[in-house]
Amino acid sequence: MIGELVILWTDALVFILVLFSIFFGVYAAGKEHLRGPWRLVVRSRVGVSTLVILSFYVIVGLLDSVHFYPLLPGKDQAGQQTQSAEVISLFDQLVTPLRERQEKTYSAPLATHLYAKENIELPSGEVVRDYPRLAFGGAHLENPELEWSKDILRLSAIGVLKGFLVSVVITNILIALLAARWRGSFGDAAKLLLTGNTAVPWRVVLITLCLLILTLFWAIELSSSYHILGTDKVGEDVFYQALKSIRTGLLIGTLTTLVMLPAAILLGIMAGYFRGWVDDLIQYTYTTLNSIPGVLLIAAAILMLQIYMSNHPDEFNSLVERADLRLLFLCIILGVTSWTGLCRLLRGEAMKLREADYVQAAVAFGVGHFTIIVRHILPNVLHIVLITVVLDFSGLVLAEAVLSYVNIGVDPTMNSWGNMINSARMEMAREPVVWWSLLASMIFMFVLVLSANLFSDVVRDAFDPRLRNSR
Amino acid sequence: MIAYIIRRALYAIPILLGVNILTFVLFFVVNSPDDMARMNLGMKRVTPEAIENWKAERGYDKPLLFNQSSQGIEQLTDTIFFQKSLKLFQFDFGSSDSDRDIGYDISQRMWPSLAIAIPVLLVGLLVNITYALLIAFFRATYIDIWSVVLCVVMMSISGLFYIIGGQYLVSKLLHLVPISGYDTGLSAIKFLILPVIIGVIGGIGSGTRWYRTLFLEEINRDYVRTARAKGLSEVVVLFRHVLKNAMIPILTGVVVVLPLLFMGSLITESFFGIPGLGSYTIDAISRQDFAIVRAMVFLGSVLYIIGLLLTDISYTLVDPRVRLS
Repeated sequence: MIGELVILWTDALVFILVLFSIFFGVYAAGKEHLRGPWRLVVRSRVGVSTLVILSFYVIVGLLDSVHFYPLLPGKDQAGQQTQSAEVISLFDQLVTPLRERQEKTYSAPLATHLYAKENIELPSGEVVRDYPRLAFGGAHLENPELEWSKDILRLSAIGVLKGFLVSVVITNILIALLAARWRGSFGDAAKLLLTGNTAVPWRVVLITLCLLILTLFWAIELSSSYHILGTDKVGEDVFYQALKSIRTGLLIGTLTTLVMLPAAILLGIMAGYFRGWVDDLIQYTYTTLNSIPGVLLIAAAILMLQIYMSNHPDEFNSLVERADLRLLFLCIILGVTSWTGLCRLLRGEAMKLREADYVQAAVAFGVGHFTIIVRHILPNVLHIVLITVVLDFSGLVLAEAVLSYVNIGVDPTMNSWGNMINSARMEMAREPVVWWSLLASMIFMFVLVLSANLFSDVVRDAFDPRLRNSR
Repeated sequence: MIAYIIRRALYAIPILLGVNILTFVLFFVVNSPDDMARMNLGMKRVTPEAIENWKAERGYDKPLLFNQSSQGIEQLTDTIFFQKSLKLFQFDFGSSDSDRDIGYDISQRMWPSLAIAIPVLLVGLLVNITYALLIAFFRATYIDIWSVVLCVVMMSISGLFYIIGGQYLVSKLLHLVPISGYDTGLSAIKFLILPVIIGVIGGIGSGTRWYRTLFLEEINRDYVRTARAKGLSEVVVLFRHVLKNAMIPILTGVVVVLPLLFMGSLITESFFGIPGLGSYTIDAISRQDFAIVRAMVFLGSVLYIIGLLLTDISYTLVDPRVRLS
C-alpha cells in the first residue's frame, strides 16, 4: 500500500525533465524544421527499434522515481495504519517478491542450492557438510536434481506462452489503431503492417516490442520461483539489483546534461554573440575548467562532499536521502566537467549566426540583444543542443561504472551497475568464479548503451544534414 | 613563429593561475584544514591538540591568504595559499600527507605509465587507421555496414569489461601472463603485454569510427575525384591523397593527448597493479591524500595546456593555410 509520498531531489528533477521534454515535444510539433528530422528518426528502422528498448528502460526508471513510505498491513493502537520506516519506490512495490526474497549468500543463476558449503543439521541430528537448499530459489521442488530441468522448461514454456498471448493482443490493438487512423479496414492495415509497407516501420516496432515482451514474461515467470540471475554476497537478487540500477544509469545520463544545459547555452551563445571581452572571459572560464582532468576534478569534489557529509551527519534523514544527494552532486560535478564541449560548439554557431542576414536586419530594426538571442539565435542552435544531449548520454552511463569503481561515483549503498561491477570484481578470484553479478550488470548496461549509441547516430544524421550527405 | 609560440605560452599563465585558485578554493576554503585533519585522524573523538599537531606537521596551520603575525613580505608568503598553491608553479609539490616527497614519487612513477601509454597509443593508431582505411576502401558495401555496427558494439561495451574479461581469459584460464604486477627493465614486458592489448582493443570502436568519418569526408572532395580521373588506382588514391590529407586532423588529435600520456590510465593501472601515476592518483583518492590529488590536478592541467599549445603549433606546421594570428 502506498503511504506518504517522498520526493527526493533527483525525483523532482526527473519530473521536471519529463515536463520539459513534453513541453519541447509540443513546441517541436508546431515547427516544421524540428518535426522533419524527428519524422526521419521514426522512419528509420534502427531508430524505432532502439526507441522501443529505450522506452522500456525509461518506464522502469520513472516507476523507480516515485518514492514513498509503504503502509504496513497492521494497525497501531490508535487504529491508524503504520508506515514502514524504509523508503521504497513504486517499482519496488511492483516487484516486491524479488526484493524480499533474500538468500543467505551467493547462489548461481537458477540455482536451487547455495554456492558455498555449510554445516547442515539433518532431522536425525547428524551434521553434514553440503550445499544447503535456497530459501526461495526452487524451494517448491521436492527433489531438485530430478525435477529441476523439467521445472525450468515448464516455467519457460508458461512464460513464453503468456508473453506470446500478450504480444498477439498488442499486435491486434496496434493494427486496430492504425486502421482507425488510416480509415481503412482491419485486414488492409494488417496486410500493410505485416508486409512492412508502412512509412513508419511498424513491423520493426512490433518485432522489437514482442521480443521484449517475450523476454520479460519469461523472466517474470522464472523469477517467480528462482533467482534468474543468481544472488549476491548478502543474498540479494541480482536481477532486482540490475533493474534498480536502471534508474541510476538513466539519471546520470540525463540529469548531468540537464544540469549543464542552462550554463552551456547561455554562456556559449553570449560568447559568440557579443564577442569582445565577454567572449574572452567565457573562453577563459571554460578553458580553465577544461584543463583540469575530469576524473581528478570529480575526485576532488566528491572527496570534499564526503568530508562535508561525515561532518554534518544529522542533515540527512535517511540513507536513501544521503545517497540521493550524492547522486545529484555527482551529476552536477559531471556537468561542470562536460559542459565545455557544448559551450564551444554553441559559441562557434552563434558567431556564424550573428552575421546572418536576418540577425543583421533585426539589429538594424533596433531589436534588443535579448530578443534577438531568444528569437533568432536560440531556435537555430537547438538542434546542436539536442544532438549533444543524445550523444553524451551513453558516455555518461559508461563513465558512471568507471567512477563507481574508483569509489568516487554514486553512494556505495545505491544500486548501480558500477557498484555491481565493483563488488563483483573481488569475486573473480574465487573458485568457482562468481560471474553472474558482473555479467548481469554488463548486459543491462550494454543493451542501454548500445541502444543509446545507435539512437544517437540516427538522431544526429536526421538533424545534421551535412553529415547525412557525406555518407 | 617564435613570437607566436611565446604569445601562446604566455596565454597559458592566467589559465594555470585560474586552475591554481580553483584547487585552492576546493581544498582549503570549501573544506578547512581542520576538516582534513579530522578526516585523516579518524572522525570521532579527536582532540583539538591532535588536530593542531597534524596541521603544524604539514604546514596547514598558517592563515589562508594573509598572515597578520608576520612582517613585511612574509605577510603574504607565509600563508597556505603561497606555500601550498603557488609553489606548485615551481613544480614543488611538497610532501604527501603520509610524508613522502611527491615530486620524487611522480618522477619515479611516470615511467611505468609511459610504458603502457605509448605502446597503446602507437599500436592503437596503427590498428585503427588500417581498419578505417580498409572500411573506406570497401565503403558502402556490407563490409562497411557491418564494420560500423561492430564499432558501435565495441564502443558500447564498458572498458571495465574488456579488462576484467581479458584478465580472466588470458591470465586465469590460459595462464599466459601474470594477472597483475610490475617489474623493472625488460622483464616488465610480460606484465605490460596484456594491458596494452586490452587498451588497444578498447579503443578500436571509437577510434576506427572517427577515422572512418575523416576518410569518408576526404573521399568526397574534389581533389580525390581529380586523382581518380587521372587514372590513379583506388589504393594509390587512398594512400597518397586521402590518408595524407586526413593525417592533419589525426595528428593534431594525437598531439593534444601526448603530454597527458604521462598521467597514465587510472583504471588499467590499478587493475593490473602497475605502479604508474594513474594508480598513484587512485591510491591517493582512496586514501584521501589531498596533497597528492592537488599536485595531480595541477600537473594534469599543465600537461593539458602544453597539449593545446603543441596542437596549435603542429597545426601551423602541417597546414600552411593556418595563419599565425
